[in-house]
Amino acid sequence: MARKVILLVAIAGLALGVYAAMHRSGRNHVTAVFLHAAPELSMTDLNGGAVQTSSYKGKVVLVNFWAAWCTPCAEEIPQFIALEKKYQDQGLQVIGISVEDDPRDLRAFYRKYQMNYPVVPSDLKIADAFGGVLGLPTTFVIGRDNLIHGKHSGATDFSVIEQEVVALLHAPQS
Amino acid sequence: MAARMNPGSISSRTLILRWSILAAMAASAMAFASGQNPAKPADELAPGSPLLIQPEELVQAMKTRGPGRPVVLYVGPKSFYLQAHIPGTDFVGPVRPENVEKVRARIAPLAKDAPVVIYCGCCPWDHCPNIRPAFAELKKEGFTRVRVLYLANNFGTNWVEKGFPVARGE
Repeated sequence: MARKVILLVAIAGLALGVYAAMHRSGRNHVTAVFLHAAPELSMTDLNGGAVQTSSYKGKVVLVNFWAAWCTPCAEEIPQFIALEKKYQDQGLQVIGISVEDDPRDLRAFYRKYQMNYPVVPSDLKIADAFGGVLGLPTTFVIGRDNLIHGKHSGATDFSVIEQEVVALLHAPQS
Repeated sequence: MAARMNPGSISSRTLILRWSILAAMAASAMAFASGQNPAKPADELAPGSPLLIQPEELVQAMKTRGPGRPVVLYVGPKSFYLQAHIPGTDFVGPVRPENVEKVRARIAPLAKDAPVVIYCGCCPWDHCPNIRPAFAELKKEGFTRVRVLYLANNFGTNWVEKGFPVARGE
């Protein structure tokens, strides 16, 4: 009898531990496969440089809607920087779309983290072009075929994004 | 010849079983404890709080007429509001030090005992920088029937994609 009680307590403890581990980070992960053509946009980054999405055709592109005031977004930025650095020679391009950041805060953030990819202050036209962006962070994954292959809404397990990037970088060209 | 055990002695198999159970319990307790921050005050807007209102409940409440119908205030970024918001919502914007007076002016005409629902949905619930300051401000101003729309991930995922009613623009 005592052994059964100990066993039940242990199982309950394990379940509690697993539940805590799963919910501790508060991460949410939603992926949707789109396979719609990526929009063609002419934008201006925070340094005044032109960002033409047409010039990235043939590359794998990550478009990350984020804000410096959004904690889970800011936490992802070093990982985007690392991803850009690791795969840029293989054809990856990250583009950051900043949502309602104070320009001074955005510049300070950009400099502090030494962001190595273009960051564009967002407007409604950009969000609409992607079918609407109603939550941060949101990342669109675009293949070399210029199709949107995925959308991650909410803080995302970055290993999933990296796996998608690698798969698209190595996808056979039609 | 099989080894005989003394009555009351414990076999090595039983010992291993007991230690395994104890180790599993300790690991679980550590996993649970590491998710808790004893220095952090309890979040009154944690999921499951009675101060939260679920989307379905809000939709029903907004169909009612008279004093029971809640005033719905949006406290998130303007660009999200312009893309999609709950019909009948008043735009307030993020409660930040620089616009707190604007927020106070917006809520000043409301009766303190009016049912008020605030929502944002800009970011995952635990990380929303807008909802808790807005809730605190309303409480500070003496509003007694404030509830908060629970959007676990964001407004897009938990409202728009669920097919709840949406309006666009101002």
